[in-house]
Amino acid sequence: MSALQLIGATALLAGRKGLDGVSLSVAPGELVAVVGPNGAGKSSAIRALAGLLPLTGGQAFLAGDDVAGLSARIRAERAAYLPQERRIAWNLPAVEVAALGAPFLAASDALERARAALDEVEAGHLADRGVAEMSGGERARILLARALASGARALLADEPTAGLDPEAQLMVLERLKARAATGQAVLVSLHDLALAARFADRVVALDAGRVVADDAPLAALTPEVMAQVFGLAARWVEGPDGPLLSSGRYSEGSPSGVRTASSSA
Amino acid sequence: MTRPSQLTLALAGLIAVTAALGVLLGETLFDPGQLAQAFADPASGPAEVLWQVRAPRVATALMVGAALGLSGAVMQGLLRNPLADPGVLGVSASAALAAAAAIVLGAASLPGAVEVSALIGAGLAGGLLILFSARVRSPEALILFGVAVSSFAGAATALIFNLSPSPIATAEVMSWLLGSVQNRSWFDVAWVAPAVLAAGALAALAAPGLRMLSLGEETARTSGLPMARLRLLALLAAALATGAAVAVAGVIGFVGLAAPHLVRGAVRGDPGRILLPSALAGGLMLVAADLLARMTPTDQELKLGVFTALVGAPLFALIAWRAAREWRL
Repeated sequence: MSALQLIGATALLAGRKGLDGVSLSVAPGELVAVVGPNGAGKSSAIRALAGLLPLTGGQAFLAGDDVAGLSARIRAERAAYLPQERRIAWNLPAVEVAALGAPFLAASDALERARAALDEVEAGHLADRGVAEMSGGERARILLARALASGARALLADEPTAGLDPEAQLMVLERLKARAATGQAVLVSLHDLALAARFADRVVALDAGRVVADDAPLAALTPEVMAQVFGLAARWVEGPDGPLLSSGRYSEGSPSGVRTASSSA
Repeated sequence: MTRPSQLTLALAGLIAVTAALGVLLGETLFDPGQLAQAFADPASGPAEVLWQVRAPRVATALMVGAALGLSGAVMQGLLRNPLADPGVLGVSASAALAAAAAIVLGAASLPGAVEVSALIGAGLAGGLLILFSARVRSPEALILFGVAVSSFAGAATALIFNLSPSPIATAEVMSWLLGSVQNRSWFDVAWVAPAVLAAGALAALAAPGLRMLSLGEETARTSGLPMARLRLLALLAAALATGAAVAVAGVIGFVGLAAPHLVRGAVRGDPGRILLPSALAGGLMLVAADLLARMTPTDQELKLGVFTALVGAPLFALIAWRAAREWRL
């Protein structure tokens, strides 16, 4: 049974279709990356599974049950949600923020689990520091620790690497991959195709609210898909630590004329 | 002992000292012999002043300040905004409008009528806010709605002034709007205290929700906590506390805004753990402000609401300046 599943999910976002018949699934132990340009529906897919975006058609399932019919608590036990938003209203100590991931545990147990999660994201030394005194990257680690501390069966992470330096991006995906290895289902939205190719078991490419590809990373992110979805003239080359993306933008009106080129790991 | 417990004990100690001064000191200064008589003979003149005039006044100030401090802490947590206070959401202004209407309509002669009207006004505004927040979850939208309620209630109160045929009633409304705990009796304390305690209990139940809201609306909604219920409890607590405070003492600004800031550092920002210290800080502030207002040599006694605003606003600006680094607006 899939831990996370959308079947023909359709949802309206500001009057237009944010999701248009999206179907995808994530099995326990699997890390699936959802990619696509801005507005493609990545966040909408994740928010639909978190129960935050009501569907106008189709269904969203957590461990086989329709999200709409689950209580808030069961929903939280089946999937932890890490939003893009990293604003924390008050200058709480990091360990207290991470402990909010486990609100149903006794305070001492929640703090113990929070400290373990902070260690997991290499932020144990920040445990007693106020989050308002931290950099954006440090705060991102603390919020990831909160999601990890929940102990939910699945993780829904909406662009967890946005705004992070390269080392922190790798750390985040290594942690999520490690969680998948323990049997959790992980659905993560990413902008960086190279990171998706390197860490994901499968990649779901979205464009204008529709699934364009859903396969193993290099089978999903073919040059044709990258051209159609991202407007990129791109190809994969084998690097020592995994696939590298050589990419460039199509110059206007000329799909064959690459204007710029770069590669990233 | 944890920092919040130490803070609570320290605030309770300061309240005890300030309240004792509030009972012992006043416009009429008693010599030690008269004070001894007040403690020994309940029927004596000094005893009458201490226990039937000053003590209920101090107790009322304590309850009103605690209600405003609690209400401010709840609203700031609920809206994730350090600038929220009981006035922002229009509850104070609505309570004031209802009380002003009762005074102008001649209900002031009925015992408790003005107070009950104020509570009804606060309850109606609270009900409106609850209905609105059930449909719109954005804290910014709730603040804007509160500002609209507040502006409307303010305009309607001005209209009452405008159309009032009786200058006496107008003066009475004005006096009440300025905020005071002068001439309050044990009867006032007897009904406001349970209301404040009930608001405190509701706020304590809502505390886990306030804490979770620190991380934002979407995280709170996916946390597994019953956020709709917790939000409702928090709004009820804030409306009840504000309504009770306005009903018994008129409009007293600034305390609800400032009290949470005075103690926020000691609880490391935790919007759940701040509730009790903020209520105590509010109580302490108002007991001290009332004592200072009484002791200030003026021909007419300074109104408490005027005093808190005059002294408190510059102090608040200073606190805001120092706390600005910690805010994440």
